Amino acid sequence: MGKLTGRFQDNVIVTSVDYFVNWARLSSLWPMTFGLACCAIEMMATGASRYDWSRLGMVPRATPRQSDLMIVAGTVTLKMATRVKKLYDQMAEPRYVMSMGCCATSGGPYWQHGYHVLKGVDRVVPVDVYVPGCPPRPEALLEGVMKLQDKIRIDSIAKVS
Amino acid sequence: MTPQEIFDRLKSTFGDRVVDLTENVDPFIRVNAGAIAEIGLYLRDDEAMRFESLMCLSGVDYPKHLAVIYHLFSTSLGHKITLKTEVGRDDPHMPSVEGVWRVANWHERETFDMFGIVFDGHGDLRRILCPDDWEGWPLRKDYEVQEYYRGIRVEV
Repeated sequence: MGKLTGRFQDNVIVTSVDYFVNWARLSSLWPMTFGLACCAIEMMATGASRYDWSRLGMVPRATPRQSDLMIVAGTVTLKMATRVKKLYDQMAEPRYVMSMGCCATSGGPYWQHGYHVLKGVDRVVPVDVYVPGCPPRPEALLEGVMKLQDKIRIDSIAKVS
Repeated sequence: MTPQEIFDRLKSTFGDRVVDLTENVDPFIRVNAGAIAEIGLYLRDDEAMRFESLMCLSGVDYPKHLAVIYHLFSTSLGHKITLKTEVGRDDPHMPSVEGVWRVANWHERETFDMFGIVFDGHGDLRRILCPDDWEGWPLRKDYEVQEYYRGIRVEV
């Protein structure tokens, strides 16, 4: 710091590029408006005024091309799984996926006899955070979002060899 | 009109294509599968019957045959009846009643989707719930789910 001391005025902040980029990313996670089943109702409640995920800088976008985050909220049928994959492929990087609820995580109650249900959305897209519950309460979903923020916080733009 | 009266009228009109009547909490008449469209039209248009509403059309897998069941209701006369038809397991075909009750369109598509029963004369007989390229008929007792769907593993 010696050489910089006294050369600038008070409104200069010194930080690392990683910290700055990560801060920008985790402070404006834009989720895709994308609900599949009853978990979507809890997700809507999380976005509404009582829980208000806008506090975390989350703005729902109606298109995958403007979204950073896909919250897979609900039962993923095999018919839908092909669409989920297509939507994920359309999202710009860096992109994150949250698996909300037991259905999206493992098939949930359809685990054994649901011939039409995908047994875990991680079979088609890579998942960053799993939120358990049937469905998870809004608090749990917000906890999941904060876990994802923690994950982004320790990320680095430098390539690891 | 009581179920017995409905059965008698049908029997006198269609003869041996109407099999028998079973009286219980939900009385049903067994009819010949091939005659279902004609019988449906008669039940809808006859002044004493006037079954305007097909409440439900469903498929059943019995041990030796498949069946299609029609729940009919007359909104104007307030009576109802159930028709049951049997159809063989191998290559099941029967006439569509879409021309009689338009609501049968989606019901027959669902029955086709789940049981593989082909309704001849249906205008647009595609799968309605499962994807178009799905294999097999899920609600049949001998159904075995495919191992992969478009490269995605299906079973646990």
